[in-house]
Amino acid sequence: MVRLYLKYFAINIKSQMQYKTAFFLHLFGRIMLSFATVAGVWFMFLRFNRVEGFTLNQVLLCTAVTMMSYSITEVFARGFDIFPRLLGNGEFDRYLVRPRGVIYQVIATHMEFGRLGVFIQAVIVFCYAIPNSGIVWSPDKILTLFLMIICGAAVFSGLYIIFASFSFFTVEGLEFMNILTHGGKEFGRYPYAIYGEGILKFLTFIIPLALFQYYPLLYLIERESSPLYILTPLLSMFFLVPCYVFWKIGLRHYKSTGS
Amino acid sequence: MIRLSNINKTFRVAKRKSGFGNAVKALFSREYEKIRALQDVSFTINDGEMVGYIGPNGAGKSTTIKIMCGILTPDSGECDINGSNPWKQRLRHVRDIGVVFGQRSQLWWDVPVIDSFDLIRDIYKIDENLYRRNLDEMIALLDLSEILKTPTRSLSLGQRMRCEIAASLLHSPKILFLDEPTIGLDAVSKIAVRGFIKKINAEHKTTVILTTHDMQDIEALTERILLIGKGRILLDGSLTELLKRSSANKILVVDYNGNVPSLNEHMSLVEQKDGQISVTFDPVELSVSNAIAHISAQVEVLDVSVSGISAEQMVAALYEEYRI
Repeated sequence: MVRLYLKYFAINIKSQMQYKTAFFLHLFGRIMLSFATVAGVWFMFLRFNRVEGFTLNQVLLCTAVTMMSYSITEVFARGFDIFPRLLGNGEFDRYLVRPRGVIYQVIATHMEFGRLGVFIQAVIVFCYAIPNSGIVWSPDKILTLFLMIICGAAVFSGLYIIFASFSFFTVEGLEFMNILTHGGKEFGRYPYAIYGEGILKFLTFIIPLALFQYYPLLYLIERESSPLYILTPLLSMFFLVPCYVFWKIGLRHYKSTGS
Repeated sequence: MIRLSNINKTFRVAKRKSGFGNAVKALFSREYEKIRALQDVSFTINDGEMVGYIGPNGAGKSTTIKIMCGILTPDSGECDINGSNPWKQRLRHVRDIGVVFGQRSQLWWDVPVIDSFDLIRDIYKIDENLYRRNLDEMIALLDLSEILKTPTRSLSLGQRMRCEIAASLLHSPKILFLDEPTIGLDAVSKIAVRGFIKKINAEHKTTVILTTHDMQDIEALTERILLIGKGRILLDGSLTELLKRSSANKILVVDYNGNVPSLNEHMSLVEQKDGQISVTFDPVELSVSNAIAHISAQVEVLDVSVSGISAEQMVAALYEEYRI
C-alpha cells in the first residue's frame, strides 16, 4: 500500500511537472498570499505588543503550526477538496470498480504540489519563531510541536472529508464549509482562545481545532506544565471517527442514487 | 456466469419548475418525482458469451451496467456474478471485471500511457509475468507500440480508445463491460476496436457485455441481444433470428437507363431518384429473379443490388413496435 502510494506520488509529480511555469507561478502566488497572512499578524503587534498575553513570537509559532497543518491537508487531501468534480466527471465511479479502498484512491490520485507555497511560508516563519520564542526546545517540546502539526493536518482533513460527504447529497450551498476550513485556517493565525470562551468551547468539543493549537501551545510556552497537554493534539484525532461515519452515510446514499 | 433476477431500481428526481418564484419555493420544499429506472430486470449470461445490450437513451442500460459493476445498489432483486454480489463484495468482485466507459478516461491525462498502465499493474497487483504477456498481446493486437510513450492528452480519440480498452484488460478480467466503446470513432478505429474485442472474446473466453447505439457494432460482434426500454427487458434473443423474422421483405435497388419502370402488384416503391429506383417486396410472393426480370424487361439495367433490412432499420422497427 505504501509502495503503491509512492507510485501515485511519482505519477502526480510527473503530471504536474508537465506545466513547470504554471507550477512555479502557483507556488509563488501561494507564498505571497500566505505572506500577507503573516504580515497581518506582524502589523497587529506594531500597535499592541501583546494579544491576550501572548507575545509576537508565541503567536507566530501558532500561525506557522496552523499554516503548515493546513498546507499538508491542501497538498495531500486535495481529492476531497475537489470532490464534487470527481463525482461530476465520473472519476469516482472508476474508483468504485477498482480493488482498492475508496478513500485511499481519493487521497492518492490527487496531490497538488503547487499548494506547498503555504508550507514553505510556514517553514520560513518557524525558522524565525523557533529560535526567538524563548522556548527551551527539550525533546518533549519538540514532540509536542510535531504532534500539533500532524494532528492539525488530520483535523483539517476531517473537515475536507465532511465537505466531500455533503457533496454526495448536494452541490448547492456547500460554501458554508469554508467557514470551518478556510475560516479555521485564517482564525488559526492567533491562538483560538482570543475569540472568546464560546468559540473556544466550540473549537474544543465540536470541531477540535483548538486541541491541536491552543492547548499544546500553552505547554510549549510553559503556561501549563502538566504533560497531559502534550497529548491534547492526539485527542483531536477522535474527530476523524464522526467524519468517517459521515463519509460512509454519504457513500451509501451515492450508491443508491448514483448522482 | 452473470445472473440477475428481478432487479428493481427507482430514482427520486427533484421536480424543477421555471421562474424565480418557484426557485425560491424549491429552497424550502421540493417535490419529487419517482422514476422507475429498472423494473424486474432478469437475465443470465454464460461464461464466454458476447451480448449486445441495446435500447434508446434513458432506457436503463447504464443503470444496469452500474449495478453489475457494483457502483449502484438496486432497491430489490438478486445479482450473482461469478459467485459474488457486486455491491456487497465489491473488492472481490471488481478484480474479475474490466470496465470501459466510452466517454470517460481512466488514463492519466498528462503522462505517457505506459505510466498509467504501470500504475494499474500495481493497483491490481498483477503478476509481473502475466502483465508482460498481456501488455505484449495488447501492443500487438491494438498496434500500441507507437503510442505507449505518448501522453494521453496528445492521442487521437481512436488511439485513446484503444488504450482505454487495453487498460481495462491488463488484469485479465473474466468479464468486460463496454459502455459505448465506439462512440465518436472514425471508421478505421471502429473496425480495429471491433476486431480486437472479437479476438479477446474468442481467445480468452472473456464474457463481453456491450452497450451501443451503433448497430454495426452489434452486427459485427454479438449473436445475442438484450433489448431494454423504459426499464424493462423487452427482448432477449439471437440477432440472426430477429433479422430473419423482420427482414422477410427484400429491398431491390436498380440503376437504369430509360423511362421510369412500372411496378407489378407485389412490389411497392421505396424511393425513386434520377435513374435509380428502390422497391420492396415479399420474396414469398415474388422471387428475386422475377422481380429483376420484371424491371429489366422495361429498361436497360446498369446495376442491381438486393438486400434485407439492416440491423439499424430492424432496431428502429423494434423501438417503434414497443413504443419506446
